[in-house]
Amino acid sequence: MLSIKDLHVEVEEKQILKGINLEIKPGEVHAIMGPNGSGKSTLSSVIAGDETYEVTNGEIIFDKEDLLELDTEERAHKGVFLSFQYPVEIPGITVTNFIKTALNSCQKAKGLPNIPAAEMLKMIREKSKLLEIDQKFLSRSLNESFSGGEKKRNEIFQMMMLNPKLAVLDETDSGLDIDALKIVAKGVNTFKNNTNAIVVITHYQRLLDYIVPDFVHVIHDGKIVKSGDKELAKELEEKGYDWIK
Amino acid sequence: MAYTEKELQKELENKEYEYGFYTDIESDTIEKGLNEEVIKEISKRKNEPKWMTDWRLKAYKNWKKMAYPKWPNVNYKEVDFQKISYYSAPKKKDKYKSLDEVDPELLDTFNKLGISIAEQKKLAGVAIDVVMDSVSVATTFKDTLAKKGIIFCSMSEAIEKHPELVKKYIGTVVSASDNFYAALNAAVFSDGSFCYIPKGVRCPMELSTYFRINQGGTGQFERTLVVADKGSYVSYLEGCTAPMRDENQLHAAVVELIALDDAEIKYSTVQNWFPGDKEGKGGVYNFVTKRGICHDNAKISWTQVETGSAVTWKYPSCILKGNNSIGEFYSIAVTNNYQQADTGTKMIHLGKNTRSTIISKGISAGYSQNSYRGLVKVNSRAENTRNFSQCDSLLMGNKCGAHTFPYIETKNSSAQIEHEATTSKIGEEQIFYCNQRGIDTEEAIALIVKGFSKEVLNKLPMEFAVEAQKLLEISLEGSVG
Repeated sequence: MLSIKDLHVEVEEKQILKGINLEIKPGEVHAIMGPNGSGKSTLSSVIAGDETYEVTNGEIIFDKEDLLELDTEERAHKGVFLSFQYPVEIPGITVTNFIKTALNSCQKAKGLPNIPAAEMLKMIREKSKLLEIDQKFLSRSLNESFSGGEKKRNEIFQMMMLNPKLAVLDETDSGLDIDALKIVAKGVNTFKNNTNAIVVITHYQRLLDYIVPDFVHVIHDGKIVKSGDKELAKELEEKGYDWIK
Repeated sequence: MAYTEKELQKELENKEYEYGFYTDIESDTIEKGLNEEVIKEISKRKNEPKWMTDWRLKAYKNWKKMAYPKWPNVNYKEVDFQKISYYSAPKKKDKYKSLDEVDPELLDTFNKLGISIAEQKKLAGVAIDVVMDSVSVATTFKDTLAKKGIIFCSMSEAIEKHPELVKKYIGTVVSASDNFYAALNAAVFSDGSFCYIPKGVRCPMELSTYFRINQGGTGQFERTLVVADKGSYVSYLEGCTAPMRDENQLHAAVVELIALDDAEIKYSTVQNWFPGDKEGKGGVYNFVTKRGICHDNAKISWTQVETGSAVTWKYPSCILKGNNSIGEFYSIAVTNNYQQADTGTKMIHLGKNTRSTIISKGISAGYSQNSYRGLVKVNSRAENTRNFSQCDSLLMGNKCGAHTFPYIETKNSSAQIEHEATTSKIGEEQIFYCNQRGIDTEEAIALIVKGFSKEVLNKLPMEFAVEAQKLLEISLEGSVG
């Protein structure tokens, strides 16, 4: 599904990623771990199409297409989703209105009609119930004065509504207490199936107790320095990142 | 919202000013220039009584003594008042009894404006008066309104048929010597709308006026007078368009609102005069004086969405004369390309326990300049007054400007006045976030602007709100990227 080859990325002439290689198949959950500043979040931003980052070498192939040739919204239409580490506020636009606009934009890009209101409502009810989001929350302005937990829950809510092929979760666990973490994980596990794939970017092993990865990769200084299964995450938790450098 | 994304998309594709057509109707236009004879001629053509002619001439004398106003935060070439024709009317102007008698070309114009009178008549329950260039063409729904004793007609007709009402109220809120453009308007005003709601009557439909400048080289000087008698209610809408022309057209209107005891007037404007082209050529100069007076327990609410005009200069105001009266001002002013707007309000608190609310949203894009100028004045006898003002500016790109000039003058220590102001910029992060969810940049901007303007859009009557929102989107088309 996703194939990253020898990816080099710069920001303001500073090299952040120095040759990333990654293969992700449908049905897989990959965890990307690493110390602060190792390039984890850069990788997610580049997959999503953030133009702040300049790709100087390498390629990203998604479903046989060159992802780097596509605009951000086109990537979204093809099924790439990024759960933001710091979701932005859009004052005056409700959670419901925003997701409706997003869904219908994706429909339009595929040449499909808008989702009928009744169906939309049904989807919203179903997903919000699962994520223990109440009605009031849905009528609030997007991310405006949301707590950290509410923001992340809303990101996962959007993911479930948009039902992407590839979901990249960037530090979704940061700012979450244990209860919120469990709810978020429940959402992700419900979403997970044989046709989609999930990339979990995290600093800590904690989240991986609930979203169990098939593969764990450790990024250090812009490169994947070690890959393994979920045991690797536990080892990192015990020993820290120093032994890998 | 009632419109679909597809319709929105269609609207967005339509980048040019869509009302830029010119209707080829024979016009009866007075020669350019301004002097006493011209004023007498206007008055004569309108079969006005002597008191009206005298009122005009007095205003003209005042105007001649007044200095050209230079204090607004706008730059433009001074208007040459001798190069304007002060009267232009579609010919064949025998009075129309019904729409069937109206020139088909004119009706076609209305259709292009999207106001399709016939349809409006059936569906919306909006009584509409159309002022083309200077003359009021037709007022629909007159009979329905007459049954309730409501008068809704052109100003000319009001002068003819209800002189006692006009004489009693005209110039009482905006006097003929109030300011430079108000004096000019008083001297040369050609038509406009008049509305009277009798005691205790709640007007059953939205009353609406559509203004359009058609002829080149003409000025439009309409005068609107709305009188809501004790305990009555009316919601009034006005919309404006003009053709695309290279030269600047002048629009200097006066609106007077009178809300007697316990009455309420809601006055909404969607102003979409031609704003000039991308290089700032052409466009309408919109210099308007709008003011209302509230008697005891009365309420006046101004709501405006201003997207048009090359230069806008207006301050819909409330004189809160009566005790417990309420004034409100909700405004969205959008400027793009080289547009300039200096707009805001004045809330004059004279009565006790008077309250006012000001919500102003300015959106600037391109090379435009957008200023909010507002005055909150509390008289020494006005006990326990309250005002809340909120001025938010949204900037797009880094070549435009937003300015806020709030003035507060209070002579009573019991007054509570709050002022909040914010300035924000549509951020790349916001757009990236929307893009990542599949929303393209153009639509992302529309969404952000919609959120920003929501508090004001919500104040508009439903059918107007949809139109206004589309207008905002069209006005900002192509301003980022």
